[in-house]
Amino acid sequence: MTALENTSPAARGRRRWRRLNASMLVGGALVALVVLAALVSFVWTPHDAVHVDAAHRLAPALSDGYLLGTDKFGRDVASQLLVGARTTLFVGIVAVGVAALVGTPLGVLAGMAGGWLSEIVMRANDLLFAFPALLLAIMLGAVFGASTLTAMIAIGVATIPAFARVARGQTLGVMHTEYVLAARAAGRSRLAIALRHVLPNIASILIVQASVSFAIAILAEAALSFLGFGTPPPTPSWGRMLQESQELLFSTPRLAFLPGLAIALAVLGFNLFGDGLRDWLDPKLREHR
Amino acid sequence: MTHVPDTAVATGPVLTVDDLGVQVGPVNLVQGVGFTIGSGERLGLIGESGSGKSLTALALMGLLPEGLRASGSIRLRGVPDDLLGTGERRLAKVRGRTVSMVFQEPMTALNPVMRVGDQVAEVMLLHGTRNSRAEAAAAAVDLLDRVRLPDPRAMARAFPHQLSGGQRQRVMLAIALANDPALLICDEPTTALDVTVQAQMLDLIGELAAERNTALLFITHDLAVVATVCQRVLVMYGGRVVETGDVYDVFTTPRHRYTEGLIAASDLSVVDGRGRLRTIPGAVPNGGEFPDGCVFRTRCPAATTRCERTPEWSGPPGHGFACWHPVGEDR
Amino acid sequence: MGLYLLVRAAVLVVSTAVASVVVFAVMAVLPGDPAEVALGVNATPEAVAAKRAEFGTDRPLVTQFLDWVSGLPTGDFGVSYVTSDHIGPQIVDRLGVTLWLVLFGMLTALVVAVPLGTAAAVRHRSVGGLLLSGLSQVGVAVPAFLAGILLVFLFAVTLRVLPSGGYTPLGEDPGAWFQQLLLPSLSLGLVQGAVLSRYVRSAVLDVMREDYIRTARAKGLGLYRALWRHGARNAAIPVVTVLGLQLATLLIGAVVVERVFTLPGLGSLLLDGVANRDLLLVQGTVMVLVVAVLAVNFLVDVLYAVLDPRLRGAR
Repeated sequence: MTALENTSPAARGRRRWRRLNASMLVGGALVALVVLAALVSFVWTPHDAVHVDAAHRLAPALSDGYLLGTDKFGRDVASQLLVGARTTLFVGIVAVGVAALVGTPLGVLAGMAGGWLSEIVMRANDLLFAFPALLLAIMLGAVFGASTLTAMIAIGVATIPAFARVARGQTLGVMHTEYVLAARAAGRSRLAIALRHVLPNIASILIVQASVSFAIAILAEAALSFLGFGTPPPTPSWGRMLQESQELLFSTPRLAFLPGLAIALAVLGFNLFGDGLRDWLDPKLREHR
Repeated sequence: MTHVPDTAVATGPVLTVDDLGVQVGPVNLVQGVGFTIGSGERLGLIGESGSGKSLTALALMGLLPEGLRASGSIRLRGVPDDLLGTGERRLAKVRGRTVSMVFQEPMTALNPVMRVGDQVAEVMLLHGTRNSRAEAAAAAVDLLDRVRLPDPRAMARAFPHQLSGGQRQRVMLAIALANDPALLICDEPTTALDVTVQAQMLDLIGELAAERNTALLFITHDLAVVATVCQRVLVMYGGRVVETGDVYDVFTTPRHRYTEGLIAASDLSVVDGRGRLRTIPGAVPNGGEFPDGCVFRTRCPAATTRCERTPEWSGPPGHGFACWHPVGEDR
Repeated sequence: MGLYLLVRAAVLVVSTAVASVVVFAVMAVLPGDPAEVALGVNATPEAVAAKRAEFGTDRPLVTQFLDWVSGLPTGDFGVSYVTSDHIGPQIVDRLGVTLWLVLFGMLTALVVAVPLGTAAAVRHRSVGGLLLSGLSQVGVAVPAFLAGILLVFLFAVTLRVLPSGGYTPLGEDPGAWFQQLLLPSLSLGLVQGAVLSRYVRSAVLDVMREDYIRTARAKGLGLYRALWRHGARNAAIPVVTVLGLQLATLLIGAVVVERVFTLPGLGSLLLDGVANRDLLLVQGTVMVLVVAVLAVNFLVDVLYAVLDPRLRGAR
């Protein structure tokens, strides 16, 4: 009888619940950590993140009141990491927001309209795909000069195809469901169908996409700052911290490892959270990845 | 199972199955299945979906899905060892050579990226029944002709997606018969086909098997198909054999209550008081959730407390059944 | 097959044409006068006008565009406003380094992903899958430039077995050439390999469930031979899609990795161009990279048709 109990639907459900949350929990915890760091940085940092303490350049960790030491200019690393989280999240939110606001309507339109309109939107999408965030940012940076704004726009525009593609695919699926067919048969307007049936049904997948896109945006921002096309100094940024410390890899590797770890953990967090969310929404997909 | 003749020698049956079981973890999906098939004999295996008939076939081929185990004994004429104890390597030499199988779903059973002729030729080259690629390719075209595909040369060069479902199933039959196996297992080979094609396919299978004296194990849920193709029939329910015998005997005078229900349900001229077709009440339970004792008792109109014990095998030689309250006997 | 390829080729040509318009438009229409940049803030209006005439930037934009675009197929990218050098030869010169880097990166990714993904699918599904999923998650989370820095720390700083940067042409010293390309290629390829392995595992798992693999085994093929003879090509189809996307990622990743390892490739050319405000050089380099991404997409489509006969008749 115990064997049967182990495989009862309820037990299976419980087991699934626990497994599902592993990804979401770890991912969510990492995301929360980044968000917390960013929020805390508004009201408190151990030191002024941009203050140059010339007397304590390259101070080791836990010395002179510097928890993680100082960089080559004598700035507090811990404070820079905290404020860097703010920069990272800011760029991510704006970039993903732009991409979602532009890409989603385009994708829904393509999915609902079909025909030549859909074809044009998707071809334009494919074309945009050939312009990765980094190239766009470098182009914009060359013309306007590097700034947080150009980075955000470049990453946002480059992320549009991801949203449009997902929105279109999901919309196509929803358009074939019984309730949409019924609504169309009842003569509801296209806009009403889009707002009442399509959007609510594709929203969850779009949230998953937002989480995954956020991770990509963080990577892009870090790469841009590393190349000097992102947030300009003195505003702290993880990517630029990494770039500034590369030459010190022989003497003070800690300065490269810390921002590197911050980037990797933040990306890991958003990716895990997105993956976990997707599994949670559709357990059938779990085995496939 | 005591009705198995103990004559599994070279001149005996092609296939002798004794006390075959299939388990997943502690759950029995198939239990105590035993039967023999003689040379050129055609045995039908019927039952609803979930009765364990396909698992029985896969167990015979040694192709059970991962996680499932088979127990008991499976002996094939010409193979010295019990198939269930034999390692994968030696088993692979038997498959496609001595015993082969046609599956239910022709649309997905062929490799989509390989030409049809190559897929037929492969099974001959693999077992060395043809000496060269050219010889095997010619034999493949010949086989495609034998399964009555139009323009077999063109067919051999085609990819599966260019063929209809019926045509693909003919290709599967060509592959299965390429090495003149002693036993051909057909698992619902016509279920996925159009009704008009089904009869042709059945005729073809019967004809080609008779031509080569190939023994046939024919799995289906369709009683009419069994009546057309087979000489003997095995009725399965809940992973157990509940009745077996000559097709005519079993279908005209069923003894097990399940067989009776199955036959009544397939007879479109029998209706109940309200003019509806007869069905067996209830639904087939999920695997492993069948009751103890008689597996059919939860749906059986004649069930009593006695049925909580597993019924013994009874009946005259040649027509056995496992039922405490067989049709035609008073309670 | 002919029609399918024709359509894909047409898409490539049209996309390239549209991309050239986009690249030109972003660089030319947006503010920033190369003549003013070249002469500095204190230049007289006359001098600026003369400079514009010299550069040809006083002509209508359409003329400028046609002039620029007509030179592209022959490798004529114009003359730099800043250095007065021909841009075409510089790009050709640097392209080689980047292509080697991407090629080695891709090979590294494949060498990592194919055996790892297949093993994880065939053996212990749950354990292998979990391990791989963790590995590929970490792989995605570590950007190529960070991987580069970590590899430099390990192999150049700690173990002192490989150089931390620089480039020697293949013709001069093949040994040094290989040593200097090794770490950059690994930093690009290991990360992508970790990502790719997850897709390989998923593709192999899908294929293993296919009926035709069961048919192959019913014919008498062992599991591994059945997977190899009947599964490999089928599993390759979804993997090729991801590979195409990754190749594009690698190309762009190369831009950053070149900076980490001070390799004189297209990426460093592009960044130098930006630093010097050499707009025409940036324009040309970006165009080459975009065309490379588009060409990769086209090659993926061609590879599809080769792998999957079902596509050959379609469209």
